[in-house]
Amino acid sequence: MIPEELRKELEARIKEADHPRECAVDAMYALQKHYGYLSDEAVQEAAGLLGMTSLEVDELATFYDFIYREPVGKYVIHACDGVVCWMFGEKSVLHYLCKKLKVVVGETTPDGLFTVLPTVCIGYCDHAPAVLVNGQFYGSLNPERIDAMIEDLKRAQSPLVADR
Amino acid sequence: MIPVSVNVLFKNAQPGRPATFDEYCRGGGYQALSEAIHKLAPKEVIRKVKDSGLRGRGGAGFPAGLKWAGIPEKARFPRYVIANTDEMEPGTFKDRVLVNTDPHMVIEGTLLAAYAVSAQKGVFFIRPSYETDAELLERELQVARAAGYLGKNILRSDFSFDLVVHRSGGRYICGEATAQVNAIMGNRPHPIKGGPHMAEQGLWNRPTLVNNVETLACVPHILHHGPEWFKALAKTGTGAGTKLYGVSGKVHQPGCYELPMGTRLGEIIEEAAGGMVRGSEFKAALPGGASTAFMPKQYYDIEMDFEALKKAGHRLGTGSIVVFDRQTCLVAATLNMMEFFVRESCGLCTPCREGLPFIRDLLWRVEHGEGEEGFIPMLREMSAHMRHAYCAFAPGAAEPVEGLLLYFEDELREHISQRKCPFGEHGTDHAEAHH
Repeated sequence: MIPEELRKELEARIKEADHPRECAVDAMYALQKHYGYLSDEAVQEAAGLLGMTSLEVDELATFYDFIYREPVGKYVIHACDGVVCWMFGEKSVLHYLCKKLKVVVGETTPDGLFTVLPTVCIGYCDHAPAVLVNGQFYGSLNPERIDAMIEDLKRAQSPLVADR
Repeated sequence: MIPVSVNVLFKNAQPGRPATFDEYCRGGGYQALSEAIHKLAPKEVIRKVKDSGLRGRGGAGFPAGLKWAGIPEKARFPRYVIANTDEMEPGTFKDRVLVNTDPHMVIEGTLLAAYAVSAQKGVFFIRPSYETDAELLERELQVARAAGYLGKNILRSDFSFDLVVHRSGGRYICGEATAQVNAIMGNRPHPIKGGPHMAEQGLWNRPTLVNNVETLACVPHILHHGPEWFKALAKTGTGAGTKLYGVSGKVHQPGCYELPMGTRLGEIIEEAAGGMVRGSEFKAALPGGASTAFMPKQYYDIEMDFEALKKAGHRLGTGSIVVFDRQTCLVAATLNMMEFFVRESCGLCTPCREGLPFIRDLLWRVEHGEGEEGFIPMLREMSAHMRHAYCAFAPGAAEPVEGLLLYFEDELREHISQRKCPFGEHGTDHAEAHH
């Protein structure tokens, strides 16, 4: 069950749309935020709200990179593996992150804070190598900057903003 | 020679922040819209865009005016305009910079497109890694609405149009127009075979125009200064306007630079991007993202324009230049891009779903010292098959492979004969060896 407030908010948003289905991704994002990931229950909730079958919702959920069908950490670190980041040692970023957090790719740290995932080019090629953490980008990474980023997120301060 | 710096799309650029609505208006913003609504018939707007020679900046380079004219006058209503802000092409970041520089220019361009094709509703389709763009556009759309440029009876005319932000769940294929339409409708975003019947049966089975945001941002300037002025901005006779060239890779100053369409590749690298990273030497460049073929040194002076590149057997794509130096292994680079395409293929049609992993495996073996002579004709044959796919994804994916085969066959052969990557630690796994 989702909180009444969230249900009402989603119902209102879906009602406002010309076609309920166009809210599918928005609804999945909102439910994912509530559950921490898009759980089976969340899929069913989304289906009910959108007037879709849960199979139809799952068909979308499993297609998209930023919809998580399995539990993830509070911060999901998407390490860019686009060709430009690759040129600047993307593998070393991913490797360093995994080594530092003592996880393998796709795994979540035991404290539930971090999940490391590779992702396609995130469009910050002018700041390669870069990662995206909960929608915020961190660029021109090296071990020192990665350390600072992790510390910063751990302290849950305002995210360090990379040089633009 | 220093390229003439031109500020058209970046004319209102502010250091470190987007231009505000007031700044945009002070620079002549929304005047083109006001004039179009009060003085020009939609047909005349299309005529001007046609005459300007504006071609799509999202990768395909299709003439914008022709696309707009493709929506029949008698087509059904409602009609839609989609401002494609997805920008998923590896190496491409110009639209992110553009939206964050002058959001209202993009909004006005979209409004003009909507007026030209008599659309009622518009959508900014935005990828998750550009959440800041999404929030910025949502905020500025409110500002435009409050000022009377959006909504019912815009500027007290008969023209009503509204524009919303649609957030994507994030997949490369969503940048493809027909897949994007499916994505918005809450369907699994497969491309639709046969391509653009969008003019009559697009979003919700209604006439739909899909344009890249850089394309749309050119339109206010075309109407304001005239098609001839726009054409004359280009350095080449066949080009038109300015281009936002993104430059990344082994250059001193990666970034997004506005230059006349048709500026030479070498000038863009040396003058705009400050030359190569110190101590490195140019080897090749992708002219327009991962779906374009490598261009070797012999094309260093090529005019970066749709026609000039086409004549040379290349494609401008998004005009986002990825620069490789002599220390970088192009087999490994191509392998990286194939890993990307294999992962991102939507899996609907066979050439793409089955062919790309085949190419990836061959390249992987070559890069890791398991290559054989026979792989080269196999790579050639399989890349050629990619043009039988449903959409432009697989033929685009084949382009870097074709470039590798055409210009760097020796590099492939060296891998095969030495039974290892001659670049050693510069192959894909170099970093792992470091740690």
